[in-house]
Amino acid sequence: MAKYDCVIIGAGMSGLAAGIRLSMYNKKVVILERHTITGGLNSYYSRGKRKFDVGLHALTNFVDPTERGRPFNKLMKQLRIPYDDFKLHPQNYSVIQFPDKKIKFTNDIDFLTEEIRLNFPHEIDGFMSLLNQMQQVNEVDLSNELIMAREVVRNYLKDESLIEVLFCPLLIYGSAWENDMDFSQFVIMFKSIFIEGFSRPAGGVRTIIDLLLKRFEECGGELRFKSEVTKIIAIDQKIKAVEINGEQIIECDNILSSMGLPETLSVLEENNHSKTKPLPRVGNLSFTESIVITDKLPRDLGIDATIIFYNNRPNYLYQKPSTLIDSQSAVVCFPNNFLYGNTPSDYTEGVMRVTNIANYDLWNDQLLFSKENYKDQKINVFNQSLQILKNVGLGSNGKSFEVLFKDVFTPTTIKRYTGHFGGTVYGSIDKSRNGQTDINGLYICGTDQGFLGIVGSMLSGISMANLHILSSSL
Amino acid sequence: MLTNEEVRSKVLDIIADIALDDDVTGIKDEVALREQLDLDSMDFLDIVMELKKRHKIEVPQEDYTRLASMQSCVEYLAPKFNA
Ligand SMILES: Cc1cc2nc3c(=O)[nH]c(=O)nc-3n(C[C@H](O)[C@H](O)[C@H](O)COP(=O)(O)OP(=O)(O)OC[C@H]3O[C@@H](n4cnc5c(N)ncnc54)[C@H](O)[C@@H]3O)c2cc1C
Repeated sequence: MAKYDCVIIGAGMSGLAAGIRLSMYNKKVVILERHTITGGLNSYYSRGKRKFDVGLHALTNFVDPTERGRPFNKLMKQLRIPYDDFKLHPQNYSVIQFPDKKIKFTNDIDFLTEEIRLNFPHEIDGFMSLLNQMQQVNEVDLSNELIMAREVVRNYLKDESLIEVLFCPLLIYGSAWENDMDFSQFVIMFKSIFIEGFSRPAGGVRTIIDLLLKRFEECGGELRFKSEVTKIIAIDQKIKAVEINGEQIIECDNILSSMGLPETLSVLEENNHSKTKPLPRVGNLSFTESIVITDKLPRDLGIDATIIFYNNRPNYLYQKPSTLIDSQSAVVCFPNNFLYGNTPSDYTEGVMRVTNIANYDLWNDQLLFSKENYKDQKINVFNQSLQILKNVGLGSNGKSFEVLFKDVFTPTTIKRYTGHFGGTVYGSIDKSRNGQTDINGLYICGTDQGFLGIVGSMLSGISMANLHILSSSL
Repeated sequence: MLTNEEVRSKVLDIIADIALDDDVTGIKDEVALREQLDLDSMDFLDIVMELKKRHKIEVPQEDYTRLASMQSCVEYLAPKFNA
């Protein structure tokens, strides 16, 4: 069989985006995916007639199509997918709910600025200069050094309670680190959430995946399912081939791997490991998510917010909990509450998703101990989610509701379906920002390159394909 | 032998595909493309790659600046199209 210019490991968002770029320019490329469907962390499933999204609470980086040069438009241009095909519906508004404060934000930064002027008048000047400072930063520059964000932000803001409020959504939507994040990543997240904002494509995750897949097929790319890369073969520190499912060998010149940095190195043939460098660390953060389907829509039960970042402590703890989940904080997403205008929403029932920070090791223990135990704990999580839904105002108008369907996924579910060690969603804290490894021809894209989320992972796939495979062949 | 007008139209085809959401019909030849269209360095890389893919024309990195405006594109590329 002819040798491939590039093997891409993983058909998640980053792998698909990279695949489109490479096949568009006639590279011989194959995407190898261990699962039976595409999407990775951002995937979907059905139960009966109901369709569910796994990732995707919201697409970040919402822009008006007339605005030029913003990240999302740039990505779509690189992939040659018309922006309108995503049929994006913007959010209504979101809330950061702390015990003594509720801060709202929309897709217009002026709204958040007003909220800060009202709730933290003593900090408004600092906030404005932080905004100014961020406009000067090229946050996606691949040579940016790692600086922790809290330290930088404290140069502008003194009130720790405001810092907690601002960090809360940014951490849980995009930090592999506990309680802090890289400053470049902070700026990426700040712009993509607070300045540009949230939207949802009509049809959810499937719309994004279908568009990427269709484009990949148009370009003549090849995709193989049930093809788990079990070995990366290199000779003299130069990529030669991969082995799939423990048997078949596929020869290639380059590999773009989206499976994660520790995961990638764990399948690299042993004699290629650097003797001096420590192995990249597995991240500490994983999540559970409860999906609740109700007979009434959230807005008929008193909630018209799109996403609520709930935190029941004065400080926001973004860290591995010492219990199965941390029930004192959560992200609660109401997909019904995007602004669908005249187009009918694809959900006719109430859909609510409650995401909690969770401890992978403890969940794994439960599973090893007994399946029954594990199931009981999932029911526990579900009940805690119902309590959180009440705490954020569900039923506050006196209306009651019926649960029609419920499901809970846990850190072990994430591990099983995506292969990410520790059930991480944001990967390792040791990123390879420029995508390089010690092996010639082996590059990292997606989660452990460091651009996170749906938009981030596509940007990552595109940039790594451009930088390492396309530019170097000109 | 391609006329300058034909070379221009081939370059325009490429730009129209890259700048998907831009209207390319009113491009002014002497003004930098960047100033008229939403193009960044990633897009210029695409122009170079499309030239290679569609017309087997290679543009070495030191010559990228020659692609700045439509006029300079035509001047630089016409001999390559006709080589
Ligand atoms: C519950 C949840 C909610 C989220 N909400 C949002 C949100 O609202 N907004 C947002 O922007 N982002 C959200 N995300 C994050 C987003 O989904 C991810 O950041 C993004 O999808 C990562 O894409 P990726 O390509 O980097 O990695 P992945 O999606 O992890 O892709 C890696 C792929 O590689 C495959 N693979 C692994 N090992 C192998 C192997 N050995 N051989 C072959 N294939 C292999 C995996 O099966 C997987 O398909 C959410 C994630 C979760 C879990």
